[in-house]
Amino acid sequence: MPFREFSLIRRLSTYFYTRRRLRLALLLALPVGWLVVVYGGSLGSLLLNSFFRIDSFSGTIDRTPTLETWRQVFTDANMAVAGRTIGMATAVTIASVLIGFPLAYRIARFTSGRAKTALVLAVLIPLWSSYLVRVYAWKLLLASEGVAAWFFNVFGASSVLGWILSLPLIGGPSLSTSSLGQFLVFTYIWLPYMVLPMQAAVERLPESLLEASADLGASPATTFRRITWPLILPGVAAGSIFTFSLTLGDYIIPTIIGNSSPFIGLAIYSQQGVAGNLPLAAALAIIPVVVMGLYLTGARKLGAFEAL
Amino acid sequence: MKARAPRSLTVLATAGLMYLHIPILFVFLYAFTTEDAAFTFPPPGLTMRWFGVAAQNDDIRQALGLSLMVAAVATTTALILGTLAAGAVWRTKFFGRDTLSLFIVLPIALPGIITGIALRSAISLTGVSFSFWTLVIGHATFCVAVAYNNVIARMRRLNPNLLEASADLGASGWQTFRYVLMPQLGSAIITGGMLAFALSFDEIIVTTFTAGNQQTLPIWIFSSLVRPRNRPVTNVVALLVIAITFVPIILSQRFAARTENQ
Repeated sequence: MPFREFSLIRRLSTYFYTRRRLRLALLLALPVGWLVVVYGGSLGSLLLNSFFRIDSFSGTIDRTPTLETWRQVFTDANMAVAGRTIGMATAVTIASVLIGFPLAYRIARFTSGRAKTALVLAVLIPLWSSYLVRVYAWKLLLASEGVAAWFFNVFGASSVLGWILSLPLIGGPSLSTSSLGQFLVFTYIWLPYMVLPMQAAVERLPESLLEASADLGASPATTFRRITWPLILPGVAAGSIFTFSLTLGDYIIPTIIGNSSPFIGLAIYSQQGVAGNLPLAAALAIIPVVVMGLYLTGARKLGAFEAL
Repeated sequence: MKARAPRSLTVLATAGLMYLHIPILFVFLYAFTTEDAAFTFPPPGLTMRWFGVAAQNDDIRQALGLSLMVAAVATTTALILGTLAAGAVWRTKFFGRDTLSLFIVLPIALPGIITGIALRSAISLTGVSFSFWTLVIGHATFCVAVAYNNVIARMRRLNPNLLEASADLGASGWQTFRYVLMPQLGSAIITGGMLAFALSFDEIIVTTFTAGNQQTLPIWIFSSLVRPRNRPVTNVVALLVIAITFVPIILSQRFAARTENQ
């Protein structure tokens, strides 16, 4: 290829090659402008908005700094909502570990080659695809005339379903309007986020350690408790960041499935939308941010960031 | 060859996989049901007519067009930003480098509602009016992470000797970029772009907060779920969303697998 013809380009590229700072500045201008200024600025404006208040007569935002909106956040009702959300996030995280572990372990230790690629893909695809449609699928499953009820009926277990739904706390008129249904959907949606880092952690587990443990007479349970679990804990912590954080902020699942008892995400959504109270929505949104901040600090201690 | 897995482990793992995949199959089935008011199982009969009804629906067609446009523009923006950021972070140390990496992953690490309400606050504060572009800004913000992650991962595996060899052989910076760097990064950029497209196409949370009265396909589905109407048509649209997101995801995985093998 004729090098000489590009002499202008050549001189330009030499110019930039020798000026590292200028090159860096040009590379950084757009991403920093977007993420730090626009996105970072938006996060800042979120905090700022929480110190405004809504004028109860005109319904417009009053932009004189006040703590009034924050006083509205710390009511018993809101704290109960926060408590319920954190409870659900915890339950979903634990369930994801329990359901995810056998899958992660089976993929990491007993498959290889094409089979492994296919299985990892099978876990990965739900993570990228059609979040909303995947929630919707459960509406079809859990409706009182839907698939799950039909199965219970076929196996003559309708009374079992009735009994489960009559339980306090998890029950409801039908599976699709019960907390149990909500929990199943949350776990279903966020499970892949737990399986993948867990699987990566099991992959890094030295086989020699497991063999040594067995040779020295440890039962599988002891090996799991003393070798496997402590070594995969960073992976579990990494996965739990997602299962916990994503459950914490979700409002789509509680809107479609469940008994319409509010979650933090739902409260933020309805304050902003129906009530038109952006300052209160902003202040409520700080709750998951703070909870996640605390959670991340804990997860970091367990080595989660290296396992991401 | 690996050892044989214990039977109980295989059973539990299979159950986990079924939990992940069986529910979505019912969306396929219900797109053909003759029932138009409830979710009766098994469907009383099967029909193709809802596909025709959906195709005739102007709301759906407009929503589909908008979703595709937003995803395309947001993906392009995110690819440019993500690749530039990766280029800056790769093999360079500068003040605030860790902060930048944090800001790149933050929009997907924080719950979507935080990103959504934060952008909403900024829009309210600056008095910008809602438009196609506020949607693009919201989507591009969380898509940057996907583009960045793919490109930086490829850069880290790149052999730096290649660039030096190119310079030693007399190539200019531009030629090294064009003939050495880009062919190596190309597939990572395409993979990142496809995943970003899939993510953007069915995103609902950030979309809700950055849309005025624009209706993307997920917003259309969500509003038909909240106020149940057009149930059979919703089933067809759900199927459409699965199909449209599935294609780029599968392509990107094949692409990634092919480059691994090289």
